[in-house]
Amino acid sequence: MRKIAKIKGLDCAHCAAKLEKALNKVEGVLSAQINFMAERITLELDDVKAAEVILEIKKVTKKLHPEVEYMGI
Amino acid sequence: MKKNNLIRIIISLVFFIPFFILHFFVDIDNYLMLIFTLIPYFIVGYDILWRSIRNIMRGDFLDENFLMAIATIGAFIIGEHLEAVAVMIFYQIGELFQSYAVNKSRKSISDLMDIRPNKAVLIQDDEEVEVEPEDVCEGDILLIKAGERVPVDGVVIKGKSSLDVKALTGESLPRDVELGDEVLSGSVNIDGVIYIEATKMYFDSTVSKILDLVENVSGKKAKTENFITRFARIYTPIVVVCALLVGIIPPIFLGNWSSWVFRALTFLVVSCPCALVISVPLSFFCGIGGASKDGILVKGGGYLEKIKAANVFIFDKTGTLTKGEFKVIDVISDNYSKEEVLSIAAICEVNSNHPIAVSIMNEVDSVNGEGYEIKEIAGYGMVATGNDVILVGNSKLMAKYNIPCDKNLLKSVVHVAKNNEYIGAILISDEIRKEAKDVIQYLNQQGHKTIMLTGDQKDIALAIAGYLGIKEVKYELLPQDKVKIVEEIIDNKSAEDVVLYVGDGINDAPVLMRSDVGISMGGIGSDSAIEASDVVLMYDNLECIIKAKMIAYKTTRIVMQNIIFALVIKIGVLILSALGFANMWLAILADVGVAVIAILNAMRCSKVKKFN
Repeated sequence: MRKIAKIKGLDCAHCAAKLEKALNKVEGVLSAQINFMAERITLELDDVKAAEVILEIKKVTKKLHPEVEYMGI
Repeated sequence: MKKNNLIRIIISLVFFIPFFILHFFVDIDNYLMLIFTLIPYFIVGYDILWRSIRNIMRGDFLDENFLMAIATIGAFIIGEHLEAVAVMIFYQIGELFQSYAVNKSRKSISDLMDIRPNKAVLIQDDEEVEVEPEDVCEGDILLIKAGERVPVDGVVIKGKSSLDVKALTGESLPRDVELGDEVLSGSVNIDGVIYIEATKMYFDSTVSKILDLVENVSGKKAKTENFITRFARIYTPIVVVCALLVGIIPPIFLGNWSSWVFRALTFLVVSCPCALVISVPLSFFCGIGGASKDGILVKGGGYLEKIKAANVFIFDKTGTLTKGEFKVIDVISDNYSKEEVLSIAAICEVNSNHPIAVSIMNEVDSVNGEGYEIKEIAGYGMVATGNDVILVGNSKLMAKYNIPCDKNLLKSVVHVAKNNEYIGAILISDEIRKEAKDVIQYLNQQGHKTIMLTGDQKDIALAIAGYLGIKEVKYELLPQDKVKIVEEIIDNKSAEDVVLYVGDGINDAPVLMRSDVGISMGGIGSDSAIEASDVVLMYDNLECIIKAKMIAYKTTRIVMQNIIFALVIKIGVLILSALGFANMWLAILADVGVAVIAILNAMRCSKVKKFN
């Protein structure tokens, strides 16, 4: 399933790239694409485990970039 | 948070500058110097140091925080206190500016698209109730006072007014509306009070769809963006390794450790590819933002790159090169009156949204369509079966049912037949967009290929193509033929050719997806075309295609300028540091200076001059 959310707190392209790479490695994430300028993240998630995957995404993000906030997931 | 950073920078400068000036005149004791420089150093740099420590514990620590920390701590160790503080201060200034630029660009885009309504006034039991636009249901009655924005698409049920629709259609003339007129969400009610009945919910309304398009610009990343990301990932480790080599190997043979370590530290300062990494996405973002000012919604930086390279332009005819507004101009019949022909045809067309159907219905007051089952045959016309069998369509439809008709009438013709008898022909004309000829001429002059695809018959198609100056025409096409032809063109193109297709109809969706760049007319276009396309022209103006090309040229040019500029300066400073001609001041200044210039340059992408 596709989820589009707002991602706040990313000002640097490098940080966005690092986060994108890390999220793509999370199990259940089919693809993650971050457009940090537009403050948008587009996720393709495994339908069945979506809720768990989102929790994991938030955990990974908190570890890497605690200042990042998601709105909409 | 950003203001906090600015304050810290200012405080540390206040500490640093007087001290810096002083040290030229007075010899300051080393310990005193250390204490006085550590204060501004920690004030301005504590977050960098903290983040480096935190990242080391997490594993992926080779980033600018770490490198800046090492470089500055190293500088302190070898006694260059002032350099260390200066580097930290300037680095933070650079970061602050970068944040500022990103936020400014983001804000200017969202200001442009400030068509979002933030409330709706519902009329419930004769009372005004304020609700969120998202909570409005179909059929709800809404009150829109003067100066307020229409929250959802609807129909006027009371009152009259004029609306500002500039944000939606680019039209600067206000649109007068009264009882029965459609109003679109996002338009601003100028002076009268109107009551509307909602016809769509918010998520389905025009404004929501436009905002979706603009905000979901997470489409294809440009090739250059991807390249820079990969480059940055290898650049930093390479420079760090070089720094280690420079700091360790020469002094083993030549001695003079502190001098070489100093050069190594300077290397570390230059190892941050910040300017490059931020300016490239920023450029594309500003380019897309600048385009959206003209109603050109580009769904990703990658499409901007493709538009620049586009050299094969395929146009759909109806609705794209022409306005798609059809008008009945004549009715030809041997045995029936105009009204009779039209009312027979109306039985078939009554439920169709096709522009041709609408134009016929406009000429008819009432329809007696009781008991008829209506079927549409795409590319041929409509068949109504009931008391009589009525056919309304093109000459192919007549041929299919073996009804003779005159095929050589020049305008768009809709033939009407009833019970196997030919009734008459309705001549319908569709206006060519006034800018179409100039646009085609420009494209031809640039040496690009122009092609027109249409379902129209040969004579009309050739006449229109001739008038516009389009070299290649394919006519009498069924919807599936269009897809085949475009696929042929794509299969036969050379490696550098980029195929761009402009269309608007439901049947254009597959073609829009297949072509390298799909452009849809956003105003009159079907939802599926808008969804399938990569670029949406909200104001339905073909000149925007040229404008998009110019923005694409400007953006990619600026991106190249920035990349070359940044690389040249950085490599230059690296060489100078290795040879001992540069110090950390120069390195950080060059770094921040390049970043600031690159960012300012990138922000130029949002400004483009008028075409013509």
